[in-house]
Amino acid sequence: MLHDLSIGALADLLGRREVSSVELTHHFLGRIERHNPGLNALITATGEHALREAAAADLRLQRGERGPLLGIPLIHKDIFCTDGVRTSCGSRMLDNFIAPYDATVVERLRAAGGVMLGKANMDEFAMGSSNETSYYGPVKNPWDTSRVPGGSSGGSAAATAARLAPYATGTDTGGSIRQPAALTGITGIKPTYGRVSRYGIVAFASSLDQAGVFARSAADAATVLQAMAGFDARDSTSVDEPVPDYHATLETPLKGLKIGLLAEFFDGLEARNVALIEAALAVFRSLGAETVEVSLPHLPLSVPTYYVVAPAECSSNLSRYDGVRFGYRCDSPKDLMDLYKRSRGEGFGAEVKRRIMTGTYVLSAGYFDAYYLKAQKARQLITDEFRTAFTRVDLLLGPTTPTPAFALGAKIDDPITMYLNDIYTIGANLAGLPGLSMPCGSIDGLPMGLQLIGPHFAEGRVLNAAHQFQQATDWHLQAPRGYA
Amino acid sequence: MSLTRQEVEKIAHLARLSISEQEMPVYVTSLSSIVDFVAELARADTGSVAPMAHPLEGLHQRLRADAVSETDQRERYQQNAPSVQAGLYVVPRVIE
Repeated sequence: MLHDLSIGALADLLGRREVSSVELTHHFLGRIERHNPGLNALITATGEHALREAAAADLRLQRGERGPLLGIPLIHKDIFCTDGVRTSCGSRMLDNFIAPYDATVVERLRAAGGVMLGKANMDEFAMGSSNETSYYGPVKNPWDTSRVPGGSSGGSAAATAARLAPYATGTDTGGSIRQPAALTGITGIKPTYGRVSRYGIVAFASSLDQAGVFARSAADAATVLQAMAGFDARDSTSVDEPVPDYHATLETPLKGLKIGLLAEFFDGLEARNVALIEAALAVFRSLGAETVEVSLPHLPLSVPTYYVVAPAECSSNLSRYDGVRFGYRCDSPKDLMDLYKRSRGEGFGAEVKRRIMTGTYVLSAGYFDAYYLKAQKARQLITDEFRTAFTRVDLLLGPTTPTPAFALGAKIDDPITMYLNDIYTIGANLAGLPGLSMPCGSIDGLPMGLQLIGPHFAEGRVLNAAHQFQQATDWHLQAPRGYA
Repeated sequence: MSLTRQEVEKIAHLARLSISEQEMPVYVTSLSSIVDFVAELARADTGSVAPMAHPLEGLHQRLRADAVSETDQRERYQQNAPSVQAGLYVVPRVIE
């Protein structure tokens, strides 16, 4: 079936003109129509828009142009601004917002011939780990629709796992690509901070936000990241470093690769999760990799550090929503203060308000040094420890999540329990490192993820190791029942 | 509770958020638990470490020439505004 083919195989079919982009687009739009009502993975389906882009791609193909993403459909997380298409960020605040320009990622994937099928559901303003904070309702996990897909990029993950698109974009501030990729049994990569432009991405925590990819294999993720990555003058933190050819190194043998096991990641890890990691390590060793134990003593401070830094930046970034220039405005405000307070009070959901208030508190007079400054010091310590670790090892390996997908509603009333979901993913964000999650087995019939973290700008090495693992295993080929 | 209702009301005011009577106790509880949770940081020995300014070592904020790079698209941008008159954003009267 078309929807089970890799991006590479689809590009071959398109290149040989055995299928047109319009046919491929119709196929995936049909799947969205059939499966999305049960999953709620999309906020906006953009069928007409997609068919126009597909026709344009077919014209390019007809003229002899070829490209790894030319004519291939995708879904964008609804955090990426899309010119002329609603960009809600999962919030009532932006329910009526039609973006007046394209994000750089959107622009680049369109230039590569991508066909946008729709905008994916997500936690409101990317704040959440279960996709339950969305104004548009929770996304269901295709492996078990009574469970969450993870978050915040839950719609992108569920859509990719359910084969509603060959790939989807996402953003990762504290694990929002890797955690949902793990819980839905797919491959997700968060690149180095600054590798992919943040221009046109609705800001949450600007020193942590980074865009990435959901795909069904590391090879497909490499193809998409290649098109997304690179310098952009419109993002002041975009890094002007050449983008290596990720496919050129996918087949590099892993002989001699030093993989570090983070002691802190295994402390208290459930036995069944440990067994999955051990089995994956055995695969890596059989491929010639060596494993070394490493310790990052300050890593356990990651979650509290993150829950100071991220809310602080969020409270500042979200101050732009004032009910005046765009977004939601309350009915009949009695004065300007009432307009601000009620537009924000009614336009934002509970978790977003909680984070704004946390951020406001840690930045307020008298508390700044104790919380924000202290957290930025802890963040530096954690980053220094990662840097030291990478003088001894090439990659770090560990679990992506403590448990498989949990039930809808199980953690939504307890913010701290929810926050602890990201215990293994947050470190890479604080240090700006590239991280990837890929499926490595299952617990109770639900997929589990394995995480690889590399030094800054080592996306090629991370993708190489993941691809070699996937050549030796078939976890990434498993599809949720009913969506194969 | 590490935060009082009065403190949470003050934070909500600073953040320009209206919080209903029913919601308020929920925020007092959850914000208190978050503040307790992040207070763990106080125990960390951060010694003489300088607070992080950029996640990538040696990189600084890039500057650009102060030159016009955007064209005027006010009408287009104001299509997203809740209330506009003669090219101006309309808000409740500020000066009596």
